[in-house]
Amino acid sequence: MDTSETENSGSALKARQLSKQVSSPEGVLTILDNVSLEVRQGESIAIVGASGAGKSTLLGLLAGLDVPSRGKIWLGDDEITALDEDGRAALRANNVGFVFQSFHLISSLTALENVMLPLELAGVEHAAEAARQALRTVGLEPRRRHYPHQLSGGEKQRVAIARAFVVEPEVLFADEPTGNLDKRTGETVIDLLFRMNRETRTTLVLVTHDLDLAARCDRVLYMDAGQIERETNGHNGGTESSPQEAAQ
Amino acid sequence: MKTDARTTVWLAVKLLARDWRAGELTVLVTALLVAVTALTGVAFLTDRVGQAVEMRAAESLAADLRLSSNQPIDPDYAGLAARSGLETARVTSMPSVVFSGEANTLAAVRAVTAGYPLRGYLKTSNRLLSDVTQTDEVPGPGEAWASTRLMARLGVDTGAALEVGGAQLTLTRVLDFRPDEGWSFVDLAPTLLINDADLESTQLIQPGSRVSHQLLFAGSRSAVDRLKPLLQEQLKDSENLRDIGDTSPQIRSSMDRSGRFLNLASLVSVLLAAVAVAMAARRYSHRHRDRIALMKCMGASQRLIFRSSLLQLLMLALAGGVIGAFFGYLSQWGLAWLMRDFIGQALPAPGLQPVVLGLVTALSIMGGFALPDLAQMGKTPPLRVLRQDLDPPPLRYGISWLAGVAAVLGLLLWIMRDTRLVLSIFAGASATFVALGAAGWLLVKSLRGFRGAAGIAWRYGLANLSRRGKESVAQIVAFGLGLMVLLLLSTVRTQLMDTWRQSLPENAPNQFLINIQPHEVDAMAAFLAERQIEAPAFVPLVRARMTAINGEDVTQMTFEDPQGERWARRDSNLSWTSTLQADNRVVGGEFWQPEFIGSEVSVEQDFGQELGLSLGDSVAFDIAGENVTATVTSFRTVEWDSFSPNFFMVFSPGVLEPFPATYITSLYVEESGRDAVLDLMRNFPSVTAIDLDAVLSQVRDVMDKAALAVQAVFIFTLLAGVTVLWAAVQATRDERRYESAMLRTFGASKKRVLGGAATEFVAIGLLAGLLASAGATLAGYLLATRLFELDYTVSVTLWLAGPLAGMLFVGVSGMAATWRVITHAPVSVLRTA
Ligand SMILES: Nc1ncnc2c1ncn2[C@@H]1O[C@H](COP(=O)(O)OP(=O)(O)OP(=O)(O)O)[C@@H](O)[C@H]1O
Ligand SMILES: [Mg+2]
Repeated sequence: MDTSETENSGSALKARQLSKQVSSPEGVLTILDNVSLEVRQGESIAIVGASGAGKSTLLGLLAGLDVPSRGKIWLGDDEITALDEDGRAALRANNVGFVFQSFHLISSLTALENVMLPLELAGVEHAAEAARQALRTVGLEPRRRHYPHQLSGGEKQRVAIARAFVVEPEVLFADEPTGNLDKRTGETVIDLLFRMNRETRTTLVLVTHDLDLAARCDRVLYMDAGQIERETNGHNGGTESSPQEAAQ
Repeated sequence: MKTDARTTVWLAVKLLARDWRAGELTVLVTALLVAVTALTGVAFLTDRVGQAVEMRAAESLAADLRLSSNQPIDPDYAGLAARSGLETARVTSMPSVVFSGEANTLAAVRAVTAGYPLRGYLKTSNRLLSDVTQTDEVPGPGEAWASTRLMARLGVDTGAALEVGGAQLTLTRVLDFRPDEGWSFVDLAPTLLINDADLESTQLIQPGSRVSHQLLFAGSRSAVDRLKPLLQEQLKDSENLRDIGDTSPQIRSSMDRSGRFLNLASLVSVLLAAVAVAMAARRYSHRHRDRIALMKCMGASQRLIFRSSLLQLLMLALAGGVIGAFFGYLSQWGLAWLMRDFIGQALPAPGLQPVVLGLVTALSIMGGFALPDLAQMGKTPPLRVLRQDLDPPPLRYGISWLAGVAAVLGLLLWIMRDTRLVLSIFAGASATFVALGAAGWLLVKSLRGFRGAAGIAWRYGLANLSRRGKESVAQIVAFGLGLMVLLLLSTVRTQLMDTWRQSLPENAPNQFLINIQPHEVDAMAAFLAERQIEAPAFVPLVRARMTAINGEDVTQMTFEDPQGERWARRDSNLSWTSTLQADNRVVGGEFWQPEFIGSEVSVEQDFGQELGLSLGDSVAFDIAGENVTATVTSFRTVEWDSFSPNFFMVFSPGVLEPFPATYITSLYVEESGRDAVLDLMRNFPSVTAIDLDAVLSQVRDVMDKAALAVQAVFIFTLLAGVTVLWAAVQATRDERRYESAMLRTFGASKKRVLGGAATEFVAIGLLAGLLASAGATLAGYLLATRLFELDYTVSVTLWLAGPLAGMLFVGVSGMAATWRVITHAPVSVLRTA
């Protein structure tokens, strides 16, 4: 690993000049264009933008699920762009949690087993107790033996949140966690997400369409056509800054 | 993260257990179990049936080994046998006139020791024409048991006093059957069975008298195998050792056929089950892509995922292998129970071998048919969690199928050790697969034309069928294959079995007449015609001794096959003919034209192989001191179980005619026409009649029991066929559930959705059924003519049953699969994880 580049102590996540190009029938398509950003430890940021702006693409790169065409990414002190697929996976195992729009619970596993899965993958002992505790935190311990198809959308997402936090991740990535939920359920889920984020001092990267929701984060990044257009402070504040400032 | 071995194992075990509980593995495991059970069950059974048939064959020797000599047999042999843990019994036989008062007749007197027969049973009755029972006893000292024929000739019943040589004996029982009745030349006169203890008092053993001494051995197979070479080492020139391998080719021929049926049944089961495994594995891997992506997202490495998949597969294979072998073992007991009369004596308990076989089978099937899909599943990119359309790179079907084919082919070759059978069946199966695929594709294409024809349900159903083009073809092939096997089983099998049984018809010849002098042939033909006994063919027979092959002295030659050596040292029976007999088939070279005159010889295939003969070789014989040479111009196979006179070596006209020949023929004589045979023997005193009824009934028995076993084994094939159908329904179940729910959400009525699904399934069933009928007809024809050398008749039922069964079965099971979706609220389906 390149130690000369790890001058970013204190930042949980940092990206430099990220670009992503894909080949399509119409030729090479740039879906992410020279994006830089930095997220401090314990900070929450929201990425907002129109559909097709490149939000999920950026999230996938930051989480190491995909590789950029150009640019570098650090997760904590580790440069994930210098790692191979398995290296990135190992890094994710110890540092990263996910919450998705479509929940992604495994239908053949019960709620408890879904929460246990990341612990088991990490080889943690007493996975069942930890998972049960996590389910208790999201208020679903009595439903632990239920299968996903026996749970409502909001309940499923709460199980997913328990699953994300059970490994005590450094960074939590959430891609439209309320996209499939009605407004009230969405709010309950989001309250839970922020509460656990605060309690565990996790860094949160949240992709959403919902500007109200975005405003609850410390910072909001606005994306358009593969670029970060502008940035505001969250918590219903409103100081704008340029992406260049944000990256420094 | 810790990707140590423990994590991998732990993960694999847990995920597997959870999948099992959620019913994700049911089809896969069932298919695997069917394959393993079929294979191990048949392996067990062939072994046991083989042993049972051998035992039957042993009965015709009344022993496992039979040593005969015209000199008294060295008692050392019996000692040797006793030390090896074998039982022995002595039989001494000689012709003698038996007196009862004024009446007398020639009998074959057989003095036996206790224990005779060592294999099989004597059957006796207390009086003439009274009930016949099986017995373990032999006549006690002072007693004699006589065959019905002998008693008829003497005009006595039990209780009569008999005089045999110098001994006075009491006739105590009617001897209705002895297992070694056979047709050896000593046994032409009716039998009188006496106790060995009385032998001396008969004073029949005199220098120069024609006495045959025999020592019978029986015991465990391993003991027999140990003793045989020891005996062979010490054998004197006058002594001759026979084992069950030398017994009637008729029984062996029946055994071969049943062995082929059994192998065929298990082979087809394994192939079918492998197809079901492949289909189930595909579905499993499709359903688990999300899970793999998610696990990667949570930090599972490619290696961890691959290893845990591999481990799961291994565990499944291991469990499938062991449990399947256990089922195979159980089913084999069931089969053995079915055949309890036939197997009779207890057989050695089966060893661990079938478990090994089961494991190897499970591993090859899983490795060949499930591994490629599971390995591919592991390559699902983690980004799939964000982009649902991201699939693993497409599987190279060529490679994956090659793996499966290689695995199963290797396995079958290893088990069956019959390259020709395995390869030809395999080629047939592959051709069937391709043909079904091509035909299915054409049918699906041609359906497009019918779309406008009727109502919405019809249109929706057919539209679905052609939209899912590839899947529809796959389903038609799977259904077609399953149905085809079922049809083949239900119709063609019975046909084949019947034809097989008919190859030994009710009126198969049961009397052999030998020693007919050339000048008697015409008179005898007239005699038989007069009594309405079907005028038979008289076949000439010349005794000869082989002297040279290709000019090389046979006494100096070494033969690869020990049997060949025996043939070369023995007197041969030669015959000649201008035309090939109906029960013979030329398999190499060319048979001469009817008008041909020259020195050619046609050789029975196995016999030729044992002697190491090839086409163009010259064989020389010594006939009555003269040398005769002929060229091998063709090889034949012979249906030994037709019971017509047949010869290993048949010459063309123009060689053997000058030599002294006798003629032989075979007749079918009804039970009531037995006096005609006696009449015949009175008119032609030099002619010898040999009664084949005993051998015939033995062969019939073997056939019946083997047929029963084969039918039982076909149950596995049936199960495998059903599994394929099941896997095919399961394969598109998720998609269908989802679609029906969507349609209903958009406002389609239950009836309409049901109608659409019904149309689609019934159409698939119809197409699959048509293909199945065609396939079954073709397969039945090929099997009958090529493999079993039987005639085949096309069946109309089969052509009706295929499409009907297809529509019904596929329609019903397809409807059952979608029924719940349609009757339940659509929302329960649309609610995904
Ligand atoms: N592998 C790919 N090949 C081609 N185009 C791609 C690929 N990945 C992403 N895109 C395109 O890049 C653009 C950005 O996609 P992305 O999924 O990041 O959008 P998004 O901002 O998350 O949109 P939404 O709010 O609808 O989820 C889209 O136009 C998408 O079609
Ligand atoms: Mg998106």
